[in-house]
Formats: sequence, C-alpha cells, structure tokens
Amino acid sequence: MNLEEYKGVYIFAEQVDGKVSNIAYELIGEAKNLAEALKTDVTAVLIGSGVKGEAEKLGAYGADRVILVDDPELKEYRTEPYTHALAEVINKYKPEIVLIGATPIGRDLGPSTSARVATGLTADCTKLEIGDFPLTVPAGKEDTQKHNQLLMTRPAFGGNTIATIACPNNRPQMATVRPGVMQKRAKEAGRKFELVEFNPGFTPNKRYVEILEVVKKISDTVDIMNAKILVSGGRGVGSAENFKILDELAEVLGGEVSCSRAVVDAGWKPQALQVGQTGKTVRPQLYFAIGISGAIQHLAGMEDSDLIIAINKDEDAPIFDVADIGIVGDLNQIVPALTKQLSAYLASKKQ
Amino acid sequence: MKIIVCIKQVPDTKGGVAFNPDGTLNRAAMLAIMNPDDKAGLEAALRLKDELGAEVTVLTMGLPKATDMLREAYAMGADKMILVTDRVLGGADTWATSSTIAAALRNLEYDLIITGRQAIDGDTAQVGPQIAEHLGLPVVSYTQDLKIDGDYAIVQRQFEDRYHVLKVKLPCLCTALAELNPPRYMTVGRLFDAFDQDVTTWGRKDLPTLEDKDMGLAGSPTKIARASDKVKKGKGVKVNLDAQESVKYLMDQLVERHVI
Repeated sequence: MNLEEYKGVYIFAEQVDGKVSNIAYELIGEAKNLAEALKTDVTAVLIGSGVKGEAEKLGAYGADRVILVDDPELKEYRTEPYTHALAEVINKYKPEIVLIGATPIGRDLGPSTSARVATGLTADCTKLEIGDFPLTVPAGKEDTQKHNQLLMTRPAFGGNTIATIACPNNRPQMATVRPGVMQKRAKEAGRKFELVEFNPGFTPNKRYVEILEVVKKISDTVDIMNAKILVSGGRGVGSAENFKILDELAEVLGGEVSCSRAVVDAGWKPQALQVGQTGKTVRPQLYFAIGISGAIQHLAGMEDSDLIIAINKDEDAPIFDVADIGIVGDLNQIVPALTKQLSAYLASKKQ
Repeated sequence: MKIIVCIKQVPDTKGGVAFNPDGTLNRAAMLAIMNPDDKAGLEAALRLKDELGAEVTVLTMGLPKATDMLREAYAMGADKMILVTDRVLGGADTWATSSTIAAALRNLEYDLIITGRQAIDGDTAQVGPQIAEHLGLPVVSYTQDLKIDGDYAIVQRQFEDRYHVLKVKLPCLCTALAELNPPRYMTVGRLFDAFDQDVTTWGRKDLPTLEDKDMGLAGSPTKIARASDKVKKGKGVKVNLDAQESVKYLMDQLVERHVI
C-alpha cells in the first residue's frame, strides 16, 4: 500500500428517502477543518437512487466535490450493495480519510467497508484532529514519527475512558462520528462544487437481501437532538401518566421532553426520545434530569449540555456528579410548582 | 440446523466502574458478565432450538476465565462450547478480532451465525459485520426479530425511524439487539452438567487460515495513541431544601444565569 497515493478528506453523505440526513452536513463541517490542516479538499460521497438533486445542498454546506453513485439497486439502505458502492469509490479515488456518521446505517456500512478495503476503523468518534503518531518519540528516533496523521478520540466503556487512536500504516483512515457532536458550517446557497458521477455496476448476488416490507414507525415525536431545552425524565417519574408534569414544564420553557432508557423499557415513552449511549447524544443549552439516577450509559448522552439541572430525591444519585445545579427533593412537589412560577414570571416579563 | 453464537465476556458497567491509581480501568475489581446484546442473541438461538431442533454452539475469544461464561451459556441451553485463546491473539482491534473469529468459524459448519450488536466495553459494533465480510456472508445488523423459513431467515432490521423486514438466504450473520428478547435463566440441572462438559479450546495452531499479519496487537491497523480517564467538569452545587425553597432557588438561578 503506497500511502502517498491517498489524498483528500471524504465523507459518506447518508440519505434516507432521498433526503440527505443532517449528519452529512456535520461531517462536512468537520472535514473542512481537517482538510484545512492537510491543505486538501472535501469530497462528499452520495449513494442512492434518484438523489442527484441533493448534491447541490452538499456543495452549499462546504463540499468541494460530490461523487454521486446513483442506481436503482440503492433505493433503500442494504449492507450490500452500499458496501460495494463505497468500497469501489475508495478503490478508485483513494481518499486519505473517510468519515461516516455513527447512525444505525453508518455503524453497519463503516465496518463492512473497512473490512472490504482492509483498513482500520475507529467507532463513534467525538473529536478529530491532525497530529503526529506516536505523540512523543524517544530522542534519536524522531524519524520514526509519522506526521499529518488523523488522531481519532472517542469515549469507551460508556464514556468512562477516553482513547485517542491512529491508523498509521493503512489507508484510508476511517472513522464513524457521533451525530450531534460536530458543527456544520453556514449554508452558502449556489456555492460552486464539482459533480462526478460514478457507477461501479451492481450485479445482485447471494449477499443482496430482499426487502419484504418497510415499516415506518408512526411518530409525531420531534428530533430531540435539535432541541435547545430538554426536560428529561427517568424511572423516578413513576408512570407514563405522571410525565404530564414534565410536558407542562417543557411547554412553558419552549423545550421538548426526553427520557432515560428505563422509561423506554417500561413502555412509557418511545425509543426516539431516549438520551444515552444506546439512544441519542444531545447538547442542549438547558437539560433537566428529573428522576434520573444518572447511570453512565445515560451520562454519555447528555453530559456536554451547557447547563444541567438535576432533581432527584436520592442525594447520592450519580447524576449530581455532572449537574451544575442539583436539587435534592420530591419531583412531584417541585416540578409543578416550578412550572407555575416560571409561567407567571414569563407572563410578567412579556407585559 | 447449526447455529453458532459469538459471545464476549465483559466487565459489568452497571455495578459501578473501578479505576486503578493510574487512571486505567480496574477490570479485576468489576464483575465479569456475558455481554447483554450477545445474551439476547443466545436466547434467539435457543428459541430456534426449541422450535426447530437446532444445535447451538457458543464461541468466544478471550482469556481462559471466559470459560465461566461459556458454562453459563451451556446452563441456559447451548450444546457445545469453544474457547479461542492464545497469548499471540491479545491486544487485537476489531480487524484482528474479526479475522481471528472468522478463522475459527471456518473450522465449523453453520447455517446461522449470531453476534451481539455491540459489546458494552469497546462499544464499536464492528466485529459482527467484519466477520460477515471476512466469510463472504450476508449480514443483518440491529436485529430486533428473527425467524427461520426453510432456507431463509426472516429478520426485522431496526433503523432510526423505521424497520425493514428482510428475507436473507442462509447461511447468514445477524447482530442482535438486547431488545430482541429477554434471555432465559440457567436451569439447575444444566448448571450441574455444565461443569462435566468439555470446552473445546483452540490456540493459534488450530486456526490454519489465520495469517500472522492479521492477528493480535501487531495485526491491528488501529493503534492507541493515548488513553486517559475522562476529564470531569467542575463540581456543581447541590442543595437540599424544602420544596418551596427549592423552587425559589431554581427560579433565582435561572434568572441569574440568563436562561429564561
């Protein structure tokens, strides 16, 4: 493998139902930072069927080039042929770095593709930078250090350790990136970019599965990852009915309701509202943790919130270790009273 | 029908996490358990055994103490146990792990391979799809329901806002979600028997298709540059007042911090 042949920062532009997902724009934003450090450019790889119209948006958010793989076989996500499409793009264009969103699609496509092109993959990264590997070398061995490597930082063990990982001897350097962590750039309508159409050919084989049915969950739930204020409840809320007091607080604040895994397991709220390691990572300006003990799996999904307020009757609950403001007390007394006072305060401010 | 379930022994994160003075995880101080997603996958295999009379083999790669977990799987109802263990296999990343497990699977006959979606220690969710890639099998990740219909598996595959019902030709590999089904308990009778059963143990020499360049620390494309304990943010305040005063305190804080 001649590492010098590999150039450019590539991102996989995930799309669902022909519409590019938000994670693609977040990846472009981060890829621009890496490309600036490496003095190279950013390519988005758009894979789907009838999705050419989406290329312009990728350009508007900062992609310098869009490689479009468009084929009827790619209408719905399937491991094969999507892996074939991405692996063939890598084999032909030889990117130095490939970033993929750590979504239920990306966490399947990433490992399948990295195994096919025989390179390393770091999962669920929360920080990426360009640097040296190894970080420090003994005197006299400076020439063994490699420069301009992708250093990939990720939490492991439910967020208890932080590891920084490099892939010094294989290309491309691949990473899946946690949604909601990287920042997209401002949209620049009509921004110039290069469109390259590429089709490696798709011949169904025994690895092409048949989709018998696509079942979209009926959901009127909002995307909690975009909420500025979240009122999150845990097992301590007591029942599905009792979430009413959280709904009321969220409404007064103009926020949304989310929950812990225990609440989803109990069937009180849908999984789409779950915050945590197996749910969503959120970073709102204000996060209320109400009746949530604070298992590390939950903390992993919310601890970067700007301001965390915890209300819990157990003063030893681990949630108090990450809360900026911790209130020990009964949520059934505190939350409705808080809603009432907030409502009165906000009404008085409007006058 | 022959089913192989790949399982991993992991430290239990629920019982709290212990650190060594140097900031690394103190694994010895934590309880070792069968990874939850893997256990749900084992249960799925055992249900197919109940229904169709399948033979269920559990396979793990790890230290010799992982034998305890294999015996737990036997006590739940698995038929055969295989431990892949060798010093030269240690320090593997997901590429080297999946290459090694794929080499072990090449020694066996199978119609269906089940792994968990992800292990709670590494959290990568990579090994299952990579094993499938090495073996050239169709893969279904995020399995939330699994049935067998003749030569096909009928699988529900979870996505963010939907699921797909897929028809997949056997042999295939499925990665199981912990939600797939609640695992059964061990039975006392099988637990007694479990300790009389042989655990097949394979080392490097028993994996003839595994190449040296693809195993252990040396065969891992990814390298750890730095590992550290998570930086905790500054300590917040915690108050224990009566309800009325708590609300007043919160209101003052929200106004003072310009949140409202």
